[in-house]
Amino acid sequence: MIAAHLPALQIVLPLLSAPLCVLLVRARLAYALSLIVCWLAFAISIMLLGQVLDGGVISYRLGGWAPPWGIEYRVDLVNAYVLLIVAAIGALVITYAGPSVAREIGGGRETLFYTSYMLCLTGLLGVTITGDAFNIFVFLEISSLSSYILISLGTDRRALTASFRYLIFGTIGATFFLIGVGLIYQATGTLNLADMANRVEPLGASRTVQAAFAFMAVGLAVKAALFPLHSWLPNAYAYAPSVVSAFLAATATKVSIYVLIRTYFSVFGPEFSFEVMTLGPVLMVLSIAAMLIGSMIAIFQDDIKRSFAYSSVAQIGYMVLGIGFATVLGVTGGMLHLFNHALMKGALFLALGCLIWRTGSVSITAMQGLGKRMPWTMAAIVGGGLSLIGVPLTVGFISKWYLLLAAIDSGLWWVAVFILISSLMAIIYVWRLVEVAYLSPSPDGAPSGEAPLVMLIPTWVLVLANFYFGVDTRVSVGVATEAAKYLLGAGS
Amino acid sequence: MSHHLVVRVVSKLLIPFILLFGLYVQFHGDFGPGGGFQAGVIFAAGFILYALVYGLDNAKRIIPEKYIRAGVALGLLIFAGTGVASLLMGGNYLDYSVLAEEAPKGQHLGIFVVEFGVGLTVASVMIVIFFAFAGRDHQIDEKEE
Repeated sequence: MIAAHLPALQIVLPLLSAPLCVLLVRARLAYALSLIVCWLAFAISIMLLGQVLDGGVISYRLGGWAPPWGIEYRVDLVNAYVLLIVAAIGALVITYAGPSVAREIGGGRETLFYTSYMLCLTGLLGVTITGDAFNIFVFLEISSLSSYILISLGTDRRALTASFRYLIFGTIGATFFLIGVGLIYQATGTLNLADMANRVEPLGASRTVQAAFAFMAVGLAVKAALFPLHSWLPNAYAYAPSVVSAFLAATATKVSIYVLIRTYFSVFGPEFSFEVMTLGPVLMVLSIAAMLIGSMIAIFQDDIKRSFAYSSVAQIGYMVLGIGFATVLGVTGGMLHLFNHALMKGALFLALGCLIWRTGSVSITAMQGLGKRMPWTMAAIVGGGLSLIGVPLTVGFISKWYLLLAAIDSGLWWVAVFILISSLMAIIYVWRLVEVAYLSPSPDGAPSGEAPLVMLIPTWVLVLANFYFGVDTRVSVGVATEAAKYLLGAGS
Repeated sequence: MSHHLVVRVVSKLLIPFILLFGLYVQFHGDFGPGGGFQAGVIFAAGFILYALVYGLDNAKRIIPEKYIRAGVALGLLIFAGTGVASLLMGGNYLDYSVLAEEAPKGQHLGIFVVEFGVGLTVASVMIVIFFAFAGRDHQIDEKEE
C-alpha cells in the first residue's frame, strides 16, 4: 500500500514536519524530527528512482482527481534523478546542522530555522515532483519564501540586505514564470504539463506561445541565477548561515534548472525551443560568459564564501551550456553536472562551515596555516577544490569530459577551448587557498582544533562521494544518459 | 486611545459581530461565497481592531503570542493531516471521498475540515504579522501620546 503512495509521502512528510517543529518549541526536538524526516525523504527518493527504473513513469492523482483536471504528481527518470539529488543533500546537510546552527543562529530562533528548512525542502521536492504548471509556481514560492528567511538568519547584518535583494529578484522571476503559465493556459486551456505538451505542438509558432515561452525562460533563468541575471546569488550565499549556503548552493539553483529543462524539452519540445526560438546560441553565449566572468570574479574575492558563490555562477554556466547543445551528449553533460556540482559545492560549503565554527571567519587571512590547525577540514576543501577544477578521478572531470565530448560532437571545438580556460581559472582560485593554508605559517594565537565529528562526517561523506562517483560512474552517468534520451525522445 | 470614547464604544459593539461574521463566512463557505481565507482575514480584523483601540498589551493578554504561533502551525497540520487521514483510509492523498461512507458526504466533511485549517492559519498569521509590526513601533507610539 505504501509503495503506491510514495510520491505523496515524498512531499507530505517534510511538509508535516515543518509545523510540528514550531509546536515542539525546543531546538533539540525540532532537530531530531527534521533529521528523521530528511532521511526518510531520502529513502523515499531512492525507492521512487527504483520504481521508475523498473516500471517506467509513475503518475499519482492528488485527491483522486484524474489528470489533466486534477493535480498530477508525475515521476519519470528526469525528476526521479533530481529528487534524489535534493533529498540526499537535504539529509546530509541536516545531519551536519545541529552544532553549526546552535552556534551561528541560536537565541531561540533555532526551531524557526528547522521549520524554514523543512519548508524549503518541501518546496524544492514539490517543484521537482509535480506535473502541473501552476503547482510548480506554488512550490517555487514555498521554497523561495523559506529561503529568504533562511538567508536572513545569517550572523552578518548584510544577510538582511542580501535576503531582501534575493526577495526582489526571486519575486520578479516567479512573476515572469506565472505570466508565462497564464499565457500558455490561455492558449491551451490546460495546466497539466504532459497535456500542455500535446496541445502546444499544433499551435506552432503562435505569438501567445512564443511570449509564454519567453516569459517562462527568463523567469526561470532569474531563479537559476543564469548570467547576467545572477546578481542576487553571490551575497545571498556569502552572508547566509553556513548550513543554508551549503543546502541552497547544492539544491535550489539545480531545481530551477530542472524546470528549465522540463519547459524547453518536455513542454515546448526541442524543435520549438531550439529551432523556432533559436535558444541554442543564446544559451551558449550566456553560459560561456557565466563560466568566464564568474570564474574571473571568484579569483579576486577575499571572502572565500563569496569566491565559491561566484564559482557557482560559473558552474551554472556549465550546466546550461550542456542544455544549449540540445544533443543527447550535451544534455547528459548538463544533467551530470547537476549531480556533480551538488556534490562538490555541498562538500565545499560544509567544509567552510567547519572553518566558521572554529574561527568565526571565512576571509582568506583566517586560513593562514590552516593545513596544520584543521587538517581534516582543509583536506576536505582541497578535495572539493580538486573536483571543482575537474581533476581526473573526481566527478568534476566526468561532467567536463561529457561537455567536451558534446562540444566536439556538435563540431563546436571553440566551446571546448572556453571550458578549458574556465577550468584553468578554477585552478587559480583553488590554489590560492592551498597556498595560504599549507605554505604560510599560522598567526600567533590562532584558534585550532577540528570541528565536531557530526559536522566533519557529512562533509567527508560528500568529499568521498566526489571521488567515488568520479570513478564508478554507472549510477550517475547511466541515469543521466537515460534521462537525456528520454527528454530528447519525448519531444519528437 | 483612552480619550476616544466614541471609537471605544462603537468598536466594542462591533467586534462581536465582526467575529460572528467571520465564523459565518467560514462555516457557510460550503454553501455560499466564502471560505477559510476570507473568514480568517475577517476574524483577524476583528481582533486587530480590538488591539488598535484597547492597546497591544490588552490584546496580548487575551491571546498570548505563543498560542497564536501554535495556531499558525496547527492550521497547516489540520490541512495536511486530513490528507494523511484519507491516505490511511485507503484513498489517495487528500481524496475526501473515502472519509465518510458515501463519497459526497466524505467530500463535504473533507473540505469543511480543510477550510477550518486554512481559516485558523490565516487568522493566526494575520495577527502574528500585526503583533510583529505593532510591537516594533510601540515605544514610538507612547511618546507621541
